[in-house]
Amino acid sequence: MASIKVHLEKCTGCTLCVKACPFGAIHMSEKKAVIDMALCTLCGSCVAACRFSAIEMEKAGGAKKDLSAYKDVWVFCEQKKGVVQSISYELLGEGRKLADKLGVKLAAVLLGEGLDAVAESLGERGADKVYYVGHPSLKAYQDEPYSEVLSRLVEEYKPEVLLCGATTIGRSLISRVAIKADAGLTADCTALDIDAKERLLLQTRPAFGGNIMATITAPNHRPQMATVRHKVMREAPVEKGRKTEVIKKDYPAEAYASRTKLLEMVEELGATVNLSEADIIVAGGRGMGGKEGFALLEDLAKVLGGAVGASRSAVDADWISYAHQVGQTGKTVVPKIYFACGISGQIQHLIGMQSSKIIVAVNKDPEAPIFKVATYGIVGDVNEVVPAITREFKRVLNK
Amino acid sequence: MDYFLNEQQVMVRDLARRIAREKIAPVAAQYDESEEFAWPIMKVLAESDLFGIYIPEQYGGLGGGILDMCVVTEELSRACGAIALGYASSALGALPILLTGSEEQKKKYLPEIAGGRKLAAFCLTEAGAGSDATAIQTTARKEGDKYILNGTKQWITNAGEAEIYTVIAMTDRKKGVRGASAFIVEKGTKGMEFGKKEKKMGIRASATREVIFTDCEVPAANLLSREGMGFIAALKTLDTSRPGVAAQAVGMAQGAFDHALEYARTRVQFGQPVTGFQAVQHMIADMGTQIEAARALTYAVARMVDSGAKSISRESAMSKLFASDMAMKVTTDAVQLMGGYGYMRDYPVEKFMRDAKITQIYEGTNQIQRNVIAANLIKESLQKD
Amino acid sequence: MNIIVCIKQVPNTTDVKIDPATNTLVRDGVESVINPFDAYAIEEAVRLKEKVGGKVTAVTMGPPQAEKALRDAIALGCDEGVLVSDRKFAGSDTWATSYTLSAAIEKIGDYGVIVCGKQASDGDTAQVGPGISAHLDIPQVTYVRKIREINEKTAVVERMTEEGFDVVETPLPCLFTVVKEINTPRMPSIKGMMRAKSAKISKWTAADIDADPAALGLDGSPTRVVKIFTPEPRKGGEMISGSAGDVAKELAELLKGEVV
Repeated sequence: MASIKVHLEKCTGCTLCVKACPFGAIHMSEKKAVIDMALCTLCGSCVAACRFSAIEMEKAGGAKKDLSAYKDVWVFCEQKKGVVQSISYELLGEGRKLADKLGVKLAAVLLGEGLDAVAESLGERGADKVYYVGHPSLKAYQDEPYSEVLSRLVEEYKPEVLLCGATTIGRSLISRVAIKADAGLTADCTALDIDAKERLLLQTRPAFGGNIMATITAPNHRPQMATVRHKVMREAPVEKGRKTEVIKKDYPAEAYASRTKLLEMVEELGATVNLSEADIIVAGGRGMGGKEGFALLEDLAKVLGGAVGASRSAVDADWISYAHQVGQTGKTVVPKIYFACGISGQIQHLIGMQSSKIIVAVNKDPEAPIFKVATYGIVGDVNEVVPAITREFKRVLNK
Repeated sequence: MDYFLNEQQVMVRDLARRIAREKIAPVAAQYDESEEFAWPIMKVLAESDLFGIYIPEQYGGLGGGILDMCVVTEELSRACGAIALGYASSALGALPILLTGSEEQKKKYLPEIAGGRKLAAFCLTEAGAGSDATAIQTTARKEGDKYILNGTKQWITNAGEAEIYTVIAMTDRKKGVRGASAFIVEKGTKGMEFGKKEKKMGIRASATREVIFTDCEVPAANLLSREGMGFIAALKTLDTSRPGVAAQAVGMAQGAFDHALEYARTRVQFGQPVTGFQAVQHMIADMGTQIEAARALTYAVARMVDSGAKSISRESAMSKLFASDMAMKVTTDAVQLMGGYGYMRDYPVEKFMRDAKITQIYEGTNQIQRNVIAANLIKESLQKD
Repeated sequence: MNIIVCIKQVPNTTDVKIDPATNTLVRDGVESVINPFDAYAIEEAVRLKEKVGGKVTAVTMGPPQAEKALRDAIALGCDEGVLVSDRKFAGSDTWATSYTLSAAIEKIGDYGVIVCGKQASDGDTAQVGPGISAHLDIPQVTYVRKIREINEKTAVVERMTEEGFDVVETPLPCLFTVVKEINTPRMPSIKGMMRAKSAKISKWTAADIDADPAALGLDGSPTRVVKIFTPEPRKGGEMISGSAGDVAKELAELLKGEVV
């Protein structure tokens, strides 16, 4: 069984580990760290924090596996109605860098029906190879055939790294594949890098509510799997005419079987609120005062080509639907510009938007916490300031 | 301060506090503005079993007492005194049944009230009978196995929303106070109508209407106790329920104080939070102390009621008088503490001040309370001689 | 029908504060609560029970104090609680967690529906729900926003997508992960809380769930944390003041390069 221990001779009593422990499991006794095993969850935070290698975590046995058969970086390319989603291009952009650092090829995986031309086109986004499986039951996403086919591909071709979008499809699919492949999976990475010597994927993600970053590896398992959110990585540029090798695979019928049946796919009006895709989000909170206030935000969003977001209190007050909610119980977004109008900035909301590139806050309360994270802060009445901004951009953009 | 509440009371308090914070506070301003009755909140309170806490277990309640009811009323009032009133008024309507009803009547009506499936209301006041409750004009005439009610009750809280009404009417005018009787009247009884909703200064989310009886036939089985016991039932009810009004006042004062203190901690003037100024500190100290004193008196009286003490008029009146005067003062000071912001409807404090005023008026004006208290004190003093 | 709801105890983020001096989380006095997303799972499980009959068993993996989360779940209408707790589970990542929970669910047995919240607020991975269904080899529907129809054998549900929703039919047993839109969780009731106080919570160790020791805890977790660091805190920038017209002009100038 795994265990953790403090090497007393190396411990300097610096208390870095005490501060790092998210579970309050470490205290100092006679200037040495003591771990309370009743509270410790073996999360490894203290091991990573210690500058003197004084804390060691041991895993039980398990000889190091031979992982040399695994190579190449794969990107699962999500398609809807035959259109590859932009998140996949972002992953191909990142995957290219990782493949180059590992000195291996970048491969795209595409599942669908009748998408031969689309498969070819992925070469223009940097894929050296494309694994394509075409079958009617793969036309639209279904958990079982998708996870079965992807698992079979992984088993047969053994990628070293497999990346997937942290979308509703991606998260549902890849979690199942990781279990079948007995692989390590890290969700919502914000940065990826390679330890070339150990051939490890260094996966960095927010932990413990987003206030701490953790770098995670999967040393003894392959493929190394990670999901990445929208807008975190830069899209792979288009290289017109770049060729790729398309490997078309087919599997026996049972690989495509699905116990669930997709009866209907419904696109909802106003569900143009794909918040995670939007470059600009104009969001409102309780301070907007009501549905009329949100009409002002829609005007601004329209002029800027952005989407409308909302805080939980605005959604709870029924001023706008849940699909628009940003924050802990809503969506996490990373747009280029986030307008927070009449949003005070509770931690639950900040968790969902504080990685935005630029935050513009408009609030009448100069003490509102939102100003602590805002790139540009405006103290004023949203009912005056927001329409003024709309008018100004209309003028500037000649709309 | 620790009031040594029992385990169930702590549980009830924490749950009521959570409901107030999560369900009531976010909608309090909205209901104040729209003057609608907050049915969705009543449903939450019902599902949480809070309507039944002071009702004995054999009638579907949780077997707690008036202190339990006060604790809930106070916590709900911290978020909105008007919504809390919908809850407390149901208790007021239920008390005559609980205190003077027959076993049959209790079995029939209390479980519905305890489960929150039906709200209750208490009908005493009339246009010409406010502080002078003996002047009521509503009559009940016995005809066979029925009573025929005629008259108009005024400013009845929960009217129109409640299903069960306890009504005081004169069965024998000649006997004066000994000629009044109490009845249970169910909504929907022929001859019972509701007047228009009153437009009020505060507690605007509570429903206040006239209840009009025109040859309204009520089964004789719905007479509470016996003929002539109506005023006794009303006085017993009010003596028992006044700590509830006190608790409502304490809750509203606490709610306003919480907001004002939070504001004062973060409001910076002359380069420092205004809590740094002694003038503000002294206001905070006074407000906090007054609230605690009122709460201590309220809980002590509620405990006295629960102990089964016979003579509670004086103490019950004292709790209501002291807590409601305190609430008016503290909520006014809370507005003052916040300055211009306190006066704006964007902040909840002005609403607490508007809502607090009624506690000095209803269930006996504070002038009447003083009369009762003085009369009791003088009587007790005479007895000692 | 027997319904299982998987829950997790997490720190209440409303309490979480950042120490401005060290820029680390202050966890002192932070209360542990049921993961906010799991509240919707519990409510949906209880509503299913109210609709089709049966009982709801709440399951959690965690330290002994996670028992409180189970009692809270019972106060909200669940019938029984199972606490899966053992030092051997320490260090579990989502792989080992979903394995452990699936082993506990196998021991409970005879279930029609498993309901999970879409993700936990402390880890935010959304991996454990699908992981459980993969280990159990049962169908799953994630991001469920409505259960349209359900009987002993099948269910028709709506799965939330980025564009709208899918309508999916599934045979039972099946695992659902649910989103906030699916319901409004009720408040606990006093009677429920009293029942919860005396309810028996089953406590199972690694040995009780007949799990493969090598697949548990840190040993069974493919991933390792190798570094923890605090990101540069986001700093407040400049304040723009003036009339509404003036601030709008200045802002438009500042954002010129970002807006096309």
